[in-house]
Amino acid sequence: MFKTEEMEINLGPQHPSTHGVLRVKLRLDGETVVKCTPIIGYLHRGVEKICEDKTYFQGQVWTDRMDYVASVSNNLGWAEGVEKLFGITVPRRAHYIRTMLTELNRLSSHLLWLGTHALDIGAMTVFLYAFREREQILDCFEAFCGARLTTTAFRIGGLREDLPPGFIKQVQAFQDRFLDCLDEYETLLTENRIWKKRTVGVALLNADDAIALGVTGPVLRAAGNPYDIRKAFPYAAYAEMQFDVPTRTAGDTYARYQVRLEEMRQSHRIIQQCVDGLPEGPVMAKLPKVLKSEVNEVYHAIEAPKGELGYYFVGEKGSQNPYRMHVRAPSFVNLQALPKMTEGKLLADVIAAIGTLDVVLGEVDR
Amino acid sequence: MDTLAHLTGLSVATLWMLAKVLIVITVLMGLASPLTWVERRGSAMLQDRIGPNRAALFGKWRILGLAHVVADGIKFFFKEDLVPPHATKRLFWLAPMLAFVPAMMGFAVIPIGRSFVAGGHTYHLSLLEPGNGMGMLYPMAIGGIAVYGILVAAWSSNNKWSILGGMRASAQMVSYEIGLSLAILAVFMVVGGYDPHQIIADQGAKGWLIWRQPIGFLVFFTCMFAETNRLPFDFAEGESEIVAGFHTEYGSMKFAIMALAEYFHIITASALITTMYLGGWQIPFLPNASALATVVAFATKVVFLCWVFIWIRWTLPRFRYDQLMFMGWKVMLPLSMANLLLNAYWMRSH
Repeated sequence: MFKTEEMEINLGPQHPSTHGVLRVKLRLDGETVVKCTPIIGYLHRGVEKICEDKTYFQGQVWTDRMDYVASVSNNLGWAEGVEKLFGITVPRRAHYIRTMLTELNRLSSHLLWLGTHALDIGAMTVFLYAFREREQILDCFEAFCGARLTTTAFRIGGLREDLPPGFIKQVQAFQDRFLDCLDEYETLLTENRIWKKRTVGVALLNADDAIALGVTGPVLRAAGNPYDIRKAFPYAAYAEMQFDVPTRTAGDTYARYQVRLEEMRQSHRIIQQCVDGLPEGPVMAKLPKVLKSEVNEVYHAIEAPKGELGYYFVGEKGSQNPYRMHVRAPSFVNLQALPKMTEGKLLADVIAAIGTLDVVLGEVDR
Repeated sequence: MDTLAHLTGLSVATLWMLAKVLIVITVLMGLASPLTWVERRGSAMLQDRIGPNRAALFGKWRILGLAHVVADGIKFFFKEDLVPPHATKRLFWLAPMLAFVPAMMGFAVIPIGRSFVAGGHTYHLSLLEPGNGMGMLYPMAIGGIAVYGILVAAWSSNNKWSILGGMRASAQMVSYEIGLSLAILAVFMVVGGYDPHQIIADQGAKGWLIWRQPIGFLVFFTCMFAETNRLPFDFAEGESEIVAGFHTEYGSMKFAIMALAEYFHIITASALITTMYLGGWQIPFLPNASALATVVAFATKVVFLCWVFIWIRWTLPRFRYDQLMFMGWKVMLPLSMANLLLNAYWMRSH
């Protein structure tokens, strides 16, 4: 007499909580997810192919537009990859400034994650608090390079300019109040019963599955694996920095929330060390007018806010452009875990899972 | 009043009834729109931002963004009134009314102040006279109807997200109504009747029920949040999950009516909480306050509770709808049951 049927529904590409143009095809039984298929490509611009036609200097501009909430990290990966390819040594002061900006960028990326993730779960006020602080970081970027999002912050071989006057003061002003702000977010969420109900045990991913799927970054660390490239293969000035790699073992949304919040505290620590120990000296290495590579290939990975961001360059003899460039984008790889996290769970958990994976579609589709 | 009755040829009772209907509807209408303003400015205050302040009357007076209330109304009126082609047209039209009317009807039995005597007539400050035989059962019955507005809207929209919203709303309703009813039952038992005038008089004599029945109050308060469909229980809408749920397909004035219904629900819920647990129009330590003072006291309590509704919305995250069902059946139902039995036992032994 009665029959039930499964319903197929498109979550996105225009959906308030898919963080861009992600489309997730869901097969639902009531509200239980039977099958979850992420469909990507709505923001594909062919960055990798475009970079083959750009010089190493021009290519960096395109990296801004991949993970557009963490463009400084993208710039750092590109610049360091190219420097590795040509064997350029960057001055120590440039390393420090790069580290400081990258960590500020990690904060801004994590703040955006915190805000949108909380917004998805219904806590609207955290979103605006997080954006208030993010604003201050973006102001710092603006003071440094004139842009707030698409920074193209670094040059190959160092920095185009030294820090502008007053920049350190500006960063210090942010540093002075940021820890209090973090505490403020925590009072709204960390021990909130509803927040815990929505996150504890939700979107589970254990370390083995995470590694099998290639998942990196906070998602992996929340599952108990302490892999952090800043510690494992230090780059920029990270070898000289004191910081801990926070891990949790639960592998659920709440653990990832805790890991990211703790990472923000550690980033704060690193920034403070950069501010206090900023060495004097030049910020740019001596470079030839034109970079031309011998045939050579290089893979350089950095710890972007979302996970392992790797640049793979293949140089071409006598050419100013890379023969091939490939990006190992953390968002793209991490997104693979979505079906694993959500199948058999409820629709509301899919929203939490997308939020906790912290994907940026510009980076997924490139 | 007598002169007016003489002039119009209507009885004093009829006239008083007309006056009350007029006053209550105007006040409710008049309160709901500023409430949207309070929601927007209040949330801005909580979130450390300025909030809407661009609209200006005659391009001059911004009056703290209050002009937005007017501007929004005008905007909704002039939007194209779109009915999606795949919708069931009649039900689609009916649904906003079904949501709107019950939200207002619940207010009918609530006394907004002390009854007073003037010119030999006794005037009761509630739409329905005391001893009408329905008492507080009436708003509960009406509250049960309110979900049909959402269900019909969801079903007639013929949209997958809306259907999910409708499903959630009905599942939610079933799970909290039982706990709610049992909590109220305890109040009726303690008071010895279900007429709101009687409940308020009893609270005046023996103390507010929030102190005498804290568990019942908590259950009732929580259920009222579920009844109004607001955070942390806004599953039927669930903007970030099911894209506005039951009103995904609604626009223009039909949407405005749905949205206003939510605010009416808030006002009615606040009034109910006030009547049941916060002593209605009673003023603490002033048992002989004038009728006007009691009306002011009632309004103050209601407005404060409305603010609590807004305050909580902007502070808490959203539950998952199965968690509310769990809470309804396994926490609130046993709690209110225990509350009822405890009260029964206490009454028997005294």
